[in-house]
Amino acid sequence: MDLVLQLLFTGIGIGAVYALVALGFVLIFRATNVVNFAQGEFSMVAAYLMVVAIEFGLPYWAAFLVALAGMALLGVIFNLGVYYPLRHRTYLPVIIATIGASILLANSVLAIYGPQPQVLEGWFETPGIQLGPIYLDSQYLLIIGVTICLVIFNFWFFEKTLLGKKLQATSQDKEMASLLGISVSTMIMITFIYSAVLGGLAGILVAPVLFVSIQMGSTIALKAFAATIIGGFGDVAGAIIGGLALGVIETFGAAYISVPYKDGFAFLVLIAFLIFRPQGIFGERVAEKA
Amino acid sequence: MSAPSDNMPIPAPAIHSKPLFVRHLPYFIGAAILVALAATMRFDGYVHNILLQATTFSIAVFGLSVVLGLCGQINLAQAAFFGLGAYAVGIGTTDLHVSFWLCLLGGCLISLLAGAFLGMSTLRLGGHYLAMVTISFQQIVTLVMINAIWLTHGPDGVPNIKRPELFQSSQSYLAFCVAMLAIVGYLVWHLADTKLGRAMRAVRDNELAAGVNGIDVFRTKIYAFALCALLGGLAGGLFAGGFAYVSPDQFSFAESIVFLTMSLLGGVASPIGSAIGTGLLILIPEWLRFLKSVPGLYLAIYGLFVILIIRFMPDGIWGFVADAFTRWRAKTKAPPAASALLLKPATVGGDTVLEVTGLSKHFGGLKAVDGVDIAVKRGGVHALIGPNGSGKTTTLNVLSGLYEATAGKIVLDGTDITHMPPHQRTAAGLGRTFQNIRLFRSMTALENVEIGAERPGNTMVGKGDDALTERAMEALTFVGLGSRANELISSFSYGHQRLIEIARALASNPTLLLLDEPAAGLNSTEKLELHELLKRIAAQGLTILIIDHDMTLVSEAAQHITVLNFGRRIADGESMAVLRHPDVVSAYLGSE
Repeated sequence: MDLVLQLLFTGIGIGAVYALVALGFVLIFRATNVVNFAQGEFSMVAAYLMVVAIEFGLPYWAAFLVALAGMALLGVIFNLGVYYPLRHRTYLPVIIATIGASILLANSVLAIYGPQPQVLEGWFETPGIQLGPIYLDSQYLLIIGVTICLVIFNFWFFEKTLLGKKLQATSQDKEMASLLGISVSTMIMITFIYSAVLGGLAGILVAPVLFVSIQMGSTIALKAFAATIIGGFGDVAGAIIGGLALGVIETFGAAYISVPYKDGFAFLVLIAFLIFRPQGIFGERVAEKA
Repeated sequence: MSAPSDNMPIPAPAIHSKPLFVRHLPYFIGAAILVALAATMRFDGYVHNILLQATTFSIAVFGLSVVLGLCGQINLAQAAFFGLGAYAVGIGTTDLHVSFWLCLLGGCLISLLAGAFLGMSTLRLGGHYLAMVTISFQQIVTLVMINAIWLTHGPDGVPNIKRPELFQSSQSYLAFCVAMLAIVGYLVWHLADTKLGRAMRAVRDNELAAGVNGIDVFRTKIYAFALCALLGGLAGGLFAGGFAYVSPDQFSFAESIVFLTMSLLGGVASPIGSAIGTGLLILIPEWLRFLKSVPGLYLAIYGLFVILIIRFMPDGIWGFVADAFTRWRAKTKAPPAASALLLKPATVGGDTVLEVTGLSKHFGGLKAVDGVDIAVKRGGVHALIGPNGSGKTTTLNVLSGLYEATAGKIVLDGTDITHMPPHQRTAAGLGRTFQNIRLFRSMTALENVEIGAERPGNTMVGKGDDALTERAMEALTFVGLGSRANELISSFSYGHQRLIEIARALASNPTLLLLDEPAAGLNSTEKLELHELLKRIAAQGLTILIIDHDMTLVSEAAQHITVLNFGRRIADGESMAVLRHPDVVSAYLGSE
């Protein structure tokens, strides 16, 4: 029983990271109708920026801010270089371009920084606290806390602020939004910046738990995408629940079934969902719209 | 809408008189020369390896030209399918001591089944799902290759893979691979002009229109995907035999991206483009070997290339050439039709062609169509009218199967079609056009109409491609566009595009023709011509169910009118009586 609780905690912690990246996916998807396959690389790049900034001798919090600012900039470049020129084409060229961007980002970092995984210290000095039978790792606690805060922020931002409502209007009907005087391209730009920062945040948070490596981006992105499908594609709550569920499933799978195949569980769950419940837990539209 | 009249009787020309094999003879001669060269020229080991790699990779990239180029579906796991074929030959010929041929066949089969399974689980959903699921599959295959050491030897890979007895020397094996490449290339090249290939292109251009023209969209996509996987498996098997050693890193996600880049660079729509792209992307890195000294740099450049190609050269290198060819072909005239279009609508049921009873379509709480009865009598024009939002187009979409009916029954010529998917309704004799024109935009007018003529169960078209072309030309001539058959859709005016859509439906010889606001967006001359066309169609006994706002057209063309308002039927009967019905007047003009 103790082990189960311990695994549950770890699973939710790692799941929270997937949830954050999945959130970035969903926001971009809703704004542009395109899945950004480079979303995971945002996490990877942010983690490397953090490592570089700390090597420069910046304090942890300053490195954190620098990394997030770098991500905002990357969001701008990504939008202008990859999405914007293709915005009037069908989804297929855009998908392929984002895949190209993901390969470019991952391998540029590899070329600059080399293949050795880097270590990023956690935010807190204390490694964790013992709570009865389970050990709560401080970094996991931080991840879970930040995720909760972000989910609340996200809700407030999209439901209660004018900018959030403009973003929603853009994602639902671009033509109508532009007729109402909303600058669609600005809204899409903001969405990319926000998603890049969100992805970056997830990367920085998870980096002390995993290693900082070139592969971390694609691994996280695939899990996060699986999470969005499991939760219900295009659904914000679904992305978060899906992410948490996936983290838990994976952790238990690794503990009870097989460690080497840990990364395979997410995909098996994904394929099972596609066959039996393609609309996901929260049942959104499934087929491409007419 | 006035096209030069080509309804004049013209002596029947000979279309495509030479058999296919003779027309394609130059290809076979060229291929034979290549095979002979591969079998006789002396290469050093380095050149030999590059040639062998280019040959086998090209076959795998041909697969992508089918799934991505012809059918518009993405596959990011081609390296995994390639790997399945390679490991089948690797493990089979070494650990299991099975003959090379059996292993090659087995590898193809495994890839095919894996592809079909992935396709069946995902292809009903949108393209994003397919992209992600194929990446996931790629990851799982890589995980298994690395971790299932008992089967795959793990990261060490499989050494000492055998070749067939017949092609023991590397020279003869290369010649064998080149021959395979030539055969597969021919099949893929020719596929585009077969029924299946046309269906794939139709699905790529417009899924909805493909469905209502009798194409089983889901199955077509699965065929394309499974075929791609099969070619991946075949290529992998040949690769394993050629290099005698396989290991997991040769079949990683990065390799899938390399395949994709090859396909995009050369031109995704054609096997020639695929071969060019593959050749270039194997040679360029050899010339730029120094790039490989920095890990990652080489793939980073690939990634950049993908973005640049997609942005600036979406049709690839071969796309430029193919474009010029298409422009040249547009100037050529198709041989005119030998005879006039004949419509012989089937007459299985009784006097009523379409019997709709209690039809409802609800979207959540909204009753868009609510308990509507329509009986369309055989012959003549029946109109379905109603104010905006009255449920006309919804009714049409339920009739053609784009929406599933919430309740009610639809019987077409004696067949209950209520629960059929769109393509089966088309096979049962339904033809339709769309209010917002849905043509296959990358094809010529003739090809569009040929797809219509290929409707399963069309008795008016004979066997073979020539009969198909003839039928399509008859239909195009019937609407007055026969002389422009070889032009691409984009070069036609709006009104002409509408006519092509009608021709596409007519070529299929439907039992009932549904026209969704055919007069929308036409000027008054075009409307008059449309009216004339409707008369000529009706004169041949084909029943038409038309939706339109244009009261002049409706009152003149239709003998029978059904009126909808707020999803319910408010009037039904002979035209003039219905138009004077007080409920109809108040629905259109408002009551006092």
